[in-house]
Amino acid sequence: MSVLIVVDTKNGEVKKSSLEAAQYGAKVAASIGGEAVALSLNASNAEVLGTVGVNKVLNVTDSSVSASDPQKVVAAIVAAANQVGAKVVVFAHDSTGKAVAPRLSAKSGAGLVTNVTSLPDTASGFVVSKNVFSGKAHAHVNILSDEKIVSILPNAFGLAAGEGSASVEDFAVDVSGISSGITVKAVKGGNSDVVPLPEAELVVSAGRGLKGPENWGMVEEMAGILGATTACSRPVADIGWRPHHEHVGQTGVAIRPNLYIAIGISGAIQHLAGVNGSKVIVVINKDPEAPFFKAADYGVVGDAFEVVPRLNEALRKFKAANG
Amino acid sequence: MKILVPISKVPDTTSKIAFTDGDSKFNEEGIQWIVNPYDEWYALVRALELVEAGGGTVTVINVGDATSDPVIRKALALGAHEAVRVDVNPADSYVIAKEISAYAADKGFDMVLLGKETISYNGSEVGGMLAEFMNLPYISLASKLEVNGDTATLDRTTEGGVEVVEVKLPLVASANKGMAEQRIPNMRGIMAARSKPLTVVAASGGAEAKTSYVKYGLPAPKSAVKLVDPENMDELVNLLHTEAKSI
Repeated sequence: MSVLIVVDTKNGEVKKSSLEAAQYGAKVAASIGGEAVALSLNASNAEVLGTVGVNKVLNVTDSSVSASDPQKVVAAIVAAANQVGAKVVVFAHDSTGKAVAPRLSAKSGAGLVTNVTSLPDTASGFVVSKNVFSGKAHAHVNILSDEKIVSILPNAFGLAAGEGSASVEDFAVDVSGISSGITVKAVKGGNSDVVPLPEAELVVSAGRGLKGPENWGMVEEMAGILGATTACSRPVADIGWRPHHEHVGQTGVAIRPNLYIAIGISGAIQHLAGVNGSKVIVVINKDPEAPFFKAADYGVVGDAFEVVPRLNEALRKFKAANG
Repeated sequence: MKILVPISKVPDTTSKIAFTDGDSKFNEEGIQWIVNPYDEWYALVRALELVEAGGGTVTVINVGDATSDPVIRKALALGAHEAVRVDVNPADSYVIAKEISAYAADKGFDMVLLGKETISYNGSEVGGMLAEFMNLPYISLASKLEVNGDTATLDRTTEGGVEVVEVKLPLVASANKGMAEQRIPNMRGIMAARSKPLTVVAASGGAEAKTSYVKYGLPAPKSAVKLVDPENMDELVNLLHTEAKSI
């Protein structure tokens, strides 16, 4: 009985969200007394999976097996799961997990829970917590089928790399007869140094309080100093001040960074739903009655155009002193 | 082109979430129900645009009881041509996908287009399951969808970028923000929706839930905010470093 973790890569490197999934899978394997096996898709650094507790890595070395064609990935997973006798399959709930895990569930009949935020409780069944209502609540869900699939929420489990090592072997799987008929014509973005929002640990976000897109310079400056990713509220994306992919909230991206700094955002319930998983929230707003202060850890009541440059200066001093 | 748009009934985005029966059930008291925004704003509107430009029909389908009918009428008011409701308790995504695929199996849809997830259960599951049950390609998190003859071009959102993919119809795709702009139904649409067909079909009988929701809970309340003097941002930086340990 083993746990199979599906590990995706970006430019050959294991994705951070996949590393979190691998660590989670290793813990599940330990609790059920089984082996943690990772199935990595064209990884050049698969051995890193050993540091989070994976025993063995089956590395697919066929570039056609990628999340762009979920049917091929499903075929590889089924082959690997049969080979190692996997009872639990773990994904990261990222663009790969979303594309592949549901197909696997439908194909195998194994129950799937996504957005998972806890290790399974196996006292009676196989119960995991997941976020529901866009983070406004959580639910405990029991997987009823013998085989289980879980897809874990990125940034919900801190990474603690250890000294372990994993054996890595090439995994040959014949997927020549399987295809979704999907052709990748181009890849845009995704190669910049900016950490994508769902994975970001530091996020600086601003809203209508900034009065216009020309005033985002100081927000980007703060992100630059911190190495943070920029985000925005829905109205700001809707009126075109900022790109849609920056919109965080209930109908945008849900994030769980270590630090979320919100500037000139009032904190409507829909916005809070997407950000309340953040570990620390700082709110800067000139309106002391802004509802966001109720959800904040630290608040600054003041004009963003005065406070933000001051904060940037203080951050720059801090960075200079602390590296 | 025949397009099928699965829609979910979800609580309005401003809803206060609460639970009842020993936290085992969602408290529906006072809840305003809406069409799941991702299904309505992006999937349904894009389906309507495609049909307006190239001809065809848009069918919306919902799995649920008669309490779904008002939100189904909303989808019809926006311009969908007909609606189907599978009269089954939507116990989990597996049941929903199985029932929709059972209905769609012999109807010859060119495309199934749905939101990337519901704002209630946030599963992101039904689209992929549906694609597998129907043996169709699945393009998830699509922020753009164009159709030219029998070929579709889509932008699939990945972490920090997009992948432009091409695939032959028929297909299943889940819609992300950016695919279309939200529409508001007009009076003519609302009047017309009353007489559009809403067909209720019985369960296929082949779907069994794979998961069961045992209990719900709310996040622990936040402790009171600590206010920092706007003149003293060194103090905020110091707190973030020494107390919050986030920088």
